[in-house]
Amino acid sequence: MSGIPHKHYEPKTGIEKWIHARLPIVSLAYDTMMIPTPKNLNWWWIWGIILAFCMISQLVTGIILAMHYTPHIDLAFASVEHIMRDVNGGHMLRYVHANGGSLFFFAVYIHIFRGLYYGSYKAPREITWILGMLIYVAMMASAFLGYVLPWGQMSFWAATVITGLFGAIPWVGDAVQTWLLGGPSVDNATLNRFFSLHYLVPMILVALVAIHIWAFHSTGNGNPTGVEVRRTSKAEADKDTLPFWPYFVIKDLFALAVILVAFFAVVGFMPNFLGHPDNYIPANPMVTPTHIVPEWYFLPFYAILRTFTPDVWVVMLVDWVTFGVINAKFFGVIAMFGSLIVLALAPWLDTSKVRSGRYRPMFKWWYWLLVIDFVVLTWSGAQATTGVYAYISLIAASYWFAYFLVILPILGLIEKPLTPVATIEEDFNAHYGVKSHPAE
Amino acid sequence: MRNLFISAIASLALGTGAAFASEGGHVENIAFSFEGPFGTYDQAQLRRGFQVYNEVCSACHGMQYVPIRSLSEVGGPSIPFDEVRAYAADLTIIDKETGEERPRIAADMFPTVTGDGMGPDLSVIAKGRAGFHGPYGLGINQLLQGMGGAEFIYSILVGYEDPPACAPADFDGYYNVTFTAGAVPDECKDADGISTVPGTWFAMPQMVFDDVVEYADGTPASAHQVAEDISAFLMWAAEPKMMARKKAGFIAILLLSLLSVTLYYSNKQLWAPHKGKKNA
Repeated sequence: MSGIPHKHYEPKTGIEKWIHARLPIVSLAYDTMMIPTPKNLNWWWIWGIILAFCMISQLVTGIILAMHYTPHIDLAFASVEHIMRDVNGGHMLRYVHANGGSLFFFAVYIHIFRGLYYGSYKAPREITWILGMLIYVAMMASAFLGYVLPWGQMSFWAATVITGLFGAIPWVGDAVQTWLLGGPSVDNATLNRFFSLHYLVPMILVALVAIHIWAFHSTGNGNPTGVEVRRTSKAEADKDTLPFWPYFVIKDLFALAVILVAFFAVVGFMPNFLGHPDNYIPANPMVTPTHIVPEWYFLPFYAILRTFTPDVWVVMLVDWVTFGVINAKFFGVIAMFGSLIVLALAPWLDTSKVRSGRYRPMFKWWYWLLVIDFVVLTWSGAQATTGVYAYISLIAASYWFAYFLVILPILGLIEKPLTPVATIEEDFNAHYGVKSHPAE
Repeated sequence: MRNLFISAIASLALGTGAAFASEGGHVENIAFSFEGPFGTYDQAQLRRGFQVYNEVCSACHGMQYVPIRSLSEVGGPSIPFDEVRAYAADLTIIDKETGEERPRIAADMFPTVTGDGMGPDLSVIAKGRAGFHGPYGLGINQLLQGMGGAEFIYSILVGYEDPPACAPADFDGYYNVTFTAGAVPDECKDADGISTVPGTWFAMPQMVFDDVVEYADGTPASAHQVAEDISAFLMWAAEPKMMARKKAGFIAILLLSLLSVTLYYSNKQLWAPHKGKKNA
């Protein structure tokens, strides 16, 4: 794999040869673990392992939770309390699963923003990027479906609001929403199918992750310089790379252990900090909570959904031009999905010849503004939609689109990038000193 | 369906304002024994709180998700099992299999109380309410002070005051300065319909007074003491495994810290031959 010359697995003993001739699985595992990895990867490259860990942790805890959970509107809330009180270690399983979702999203946001800074999405890694976006969408779907299962007030009303997004589609919306819910409103049929899908979507996610890894193992990892590994000979490639095992496995595991210390501090001492108290109130279709908010990791996109109200001129214009087919509600839905689509299209919207943001003096400013923008969107998603908050979220949402649709394409044309280093080896030595040079 | 959606969206747009207003309700920060990473439940306090629940609250509130046997669990009130069994036997339940009424056993749940004039279930109410918010939606107060569910209950119980002069005498409910989700008479609103009084009218009458119970352990039952004890008891009822959870947290952090140190040095040693003198 990866097109970078490296040592391959060679079956030596009889049994190894026998297996290899029939199923080269040892070879696959060997090549996957021993992939030549740019030796200048910095600490922003650890989040992939964190994400892999999150996925496995969510699967394991989720499978066990499913053994004790009952997907029925009269029993779901009680079965969660049963898990919390009677199942051995059930309270830890549930809190690790619930907070594990938060760690998963925290990690994926850093992973995505790493990619945005270092231009990881650029050729030849577009497919890796698109697959990553699909994984992210699968994560959001799983998280939303899972949040409905405890059947608290926020579960019920989140299900109502989110399926309502599909109800906003002109003409067919109501039918689509009814089809999704399995009835005219959120009810037992909804809970049952959401439970089923909460089990299905992660399986799709696992498959996508496998292909995501396959994709970047085919192109080779990116790295902070954006310069490719030299691959004309193994001797040259060896100067730029080290095998994934053990060098990066141990490094990544160290990072994982440190992050898990923080994670278990949250799980052990403040497991409900990231949740919403209303979800400890059993679902009640007759009482709308005063304050419907999604989990924190949906807030940026929720802010974009809400910000395009009928009094925004763009919305008015679109409404008028489309004879009211795209009203404010549908506009918001389009904007929310659009905000993900522009992210996915980054490989084609970024016109710069230079891959890494490290060598792009103007890009850096706009990039960090985008990071701030994302934080502001997260915050404003939980605020009122009135007064100054409305303007803040509108400006923040506009910048999100402007970054991808205007700034990235133009920057590539007007910016004068610095000259990247010639090789990864040079970058590594500049940072750590040359091995054979005592004076450094 | 559409109406449901519209009401949900409306509550997003309008309700957030109300949520902001609800931050106005005064919630006192009490130093409960169970707060912080090292906090533990105070067994004597939980027993007093159980007495308050039993003698006062249980008239109108149930705890349908809490098994009666958990009263005897270590880390909780730790009431001797004989007493727990005797307590359960005084309560009745319709047996699911026979359809007949029978005394409860310790493995049954606390009663489910519903009906006209009855209050919400108290099983997880201490987690279903937040006492602290903000500032500005940043969650810093909850980070520093905790979610404040127990504090919210305490403040509600001692938050009753004489209704303000603007209110008509026959207005339904009981004026409470902590409860901000209730009704407010039109006479107490300004021209924009905004309430001019700090509290709202709550359906539950004041139940906690000085000496409303006579504590078995002889603790003077001031209203504040009673409110603190029942709040602590309800926190335990909502989160009975808190002490086990904190212990698991400490063990996880300890082991992961040791692992981090080991991996740090492994990583350093592993990479040293490939790095220059500067970092060797």
